Amino acid sequence: MTAFIQSKRLLLALLAGLLLLSACSTTPKTTATTEPPMRKFEELVDQSKTHTIEVYDPLEGFNRGVYRFNYYFDKFIFLPIVNTYEFIMPVFAQKGVSNFVDNVYEFNNFTNNLLQLKFKQTGITLARFAINTTVGLGGLMDPATKMNLHRQKEDFGQTLGHYGVGNGPYIVLPILGPSNLRDTTGVVADAVAFSNLGPPAWVDDDDVTLAFNIVTAIDRRHRVPFRYYGTGSPFEYEMVRLLYTSQREIVIQK
Amino acid sequence: MHKIYLLMLACLLTGFLAGKVNAQNSPSYPDVKPYDTTVKDVPPVDSAKLPAEVPTKVSRTRPYFFPYVNPYEATVMEVPSIYEAKLPDEVPTEVFRIHPFPERTTPDVFWYDKGLICSLVYQKKEAPLVFIIAGTGARFNSPKMINMQKALYQAGFNVISISSPTIANFIINASSSMVPGNLYDDAKDLYRVMEMAYAKVQGKIKATEFYLTGYSLGGIQAAYVSMLDEEKKHFDFRKVLLINPPESLYNSVSKLEKLLGDNIPGGAENFDVWYQQLLNDLAGIYEEMGFFDLTGDFIYKAYKRHPPREDFLAALVGLSFTLSSADMVFASDVMRGGGYITPKNVIMNNSTSLMPFYMVADRTSFTDYFHEYFYPYFRQQEPGLTEQALIDRLTLKNIEKYLKSAEKIGLLHNEDDIIMLPGEVDYLHGVFGDRAQIYPTGGHCGNMNDPAVVRFIVDFFGGREG
Repeated sequence: MTAFIQSKRLLLALLAGLLLLSACSTTPKTTATTEPPMRKFEELVDQSKTHTIEVYDPLEGFNRGVYRFNYYFDKFIFLPIVNTYEFIMPVFAQKGVSNFVDNVYEFNNFTNNLLQLKFKQTGITLARFAINTTVGLGGLMDPATKMNLHRQKEDFGQTLGHYGVGNGPYIVLPILGPSNLRDTTGVVADAVAFSNLGPPAWVDDDDVTLAFNIVTAIDRRHRVPFRYYGTGSPFEYEMVRLLYTSQREIVIQK
Repeated sequence: MHKIYLLMLACLLTGFLAGKVNAQNSPSYPDVKPYDTTVKDVPPVDSAKLPAEVPTKVSRTRPYFFPYVNPYEATVMEVPSIYEAKLPDEVPTEVFRIHPFPERTTPDVFWYDKGLICSLVYQKKEAPLVFIIAGTGARFNSPKMINMQKALYQAGFNVISISSPTIANFIINASSSMVPGNLYDDAKDLYRVMEMAYAKVQGKIKATEFYLTGYSLGGIQAAYVSMLDEEKKHFDFRKVLLINPPESLYNSVSKLEKLLGDNIPGGAENFDVWYQQLLNDLAGIYEEMGFFDLTGDFIYKAYKRHPPREDFLAALVGLSFTLSSADMVFASDVMRGGGYITPKNVIMNNSTSLMPFYMVADRTSFTDYFHEYFYPYFRQQEPGLTEQALIDRLTLKNIEKYLKSAEKIGLLHNEDDIIMLPGEVDYLHGVFGDRAQIYPTGGHCGNMNDPAVVRFIVDFFGGREG
């Protein structure tokens, strides 16, 4: 447990360091010899309109710092672990782990579907949990999907969005990646609900919970094919910001 | 209503979901029925349009049934797995970097760039080596590249994959002029990269002989690389295959960049309205289907319910091209000290917001780039060069004599390729004669993973049955 607290402190120190980065200017540094370009922003872009690509991002300097941190964290810590995991685990076992993790997290789908008064989806989630936990051997398999009971993914960020809460400023979270103020609130609320009312509270064993959290982190990274700067685009930060925002809009609106 | 799917949007916008979201977790839907493959759907090759002496070849070994007859669908849509060649899930791959210009300093704004990234797919025993050049805006590991790597690996080849000279990573590290698009210069840059890449992996593989291929822009570049090789003889390529190359770079690019503006109601200025509508439609599909996943099978199923309109697909192709072009113009301008879309002599770093430059780059078409940036650069080096002369130079026609005489070069193309002007495919067919394999459908590179096409590619290089 001390290791856990220490790592929390480390994370706080890290965050404090990252906050300093937000002081960085986001405009290019000019010099005595700076000349304007031939094709100018002021002349080409109609600034009276709003543009989808311009996601509200007042913390951009900070966010870009975290984005860079995530690139290095991925490269030197996260991905080597994930690669080792993929190397030692047979594919069917990886799939089993993913199913298991998903099944445990049906708790959040359940609560958030219920909070949004989506009773059909709440029922499906409940049925999935019952079927996968029993027929699916404790959640290692996913027979429910084969019975056309698809996973009804909802999180608290979506619930807030459902009731009209806007995105708020875009935020790049350390390790977790793209988010915004609403969804970050959602992540925290879901985590609190999950650990206090969900499966960890039912099991009530810190070691098991810690092990599960580690497995979850590895499994989730394993399932996301995204690699920082793997797109080859110099505008990757802008593109990811737009796609994240769009994707959230879709899942909230659906 | 436009109906299309998140995956493609994401793939096209960034490429990062592509390819990896794979068949291994794709459920098979019993209700995905084989397409109606009767001949009436497939426009036959119009033999009257071809030179009389050229026999219209039809694939010898497999029948060709491609599920999309609309060329825009063929180009954009994912094909359900039952229509795809069976390829291995994983192949032994090594990713490595090379530094063609080690003395060059990378500007801070490209802090994450640490050298040109290439990949090697290797055989344990000695085997021939195939170089593949990616198409416009595509990296060494784009989905099309990965599929080719797997197909060629399965057929017994080593494969070195090279990103397109139009992508930032190539411009930053491997382009001598840092102004991509001149086929002669691109060929020299590519050749240098191939030599260095091969030198780097020589300890790992035993290459018996060398082959070369490329698709789209990589196809036309492969022809120029092959011509350079006749002189340099470093590889002495035994066979070279051009897959869906443009006949004229300028013609194809002009056609592609119009697709976005022409197919969005109200023109490119209405992009935001169009994009919002797309998000609403995606949400609608999600709601209606009750779930969402990113497999070809899901997309196909959704497609069967809501066939996307052609103007929508065409706009997506245009969008994809515009984004690639924006990356290229930005990288080139920054590498050359700015002045075109970024100010001259400014310092940009990790925390610099690139938004304004992106928005300008997005409003800079490839033809703007050609007239305002590319042509002036080459005229400076070659006074008296006219725009038309430069346009004519960036063609396959420009090296027609070589292409006619070089028996080792083959052509794979589609009659309905959307990057070609009327008559261009026929012209190429005439140049290559019986070294050309032309399919009636497939759009632009949409059928590269079709079993018959994969078979043709492998046979062309003399590979073993996969």
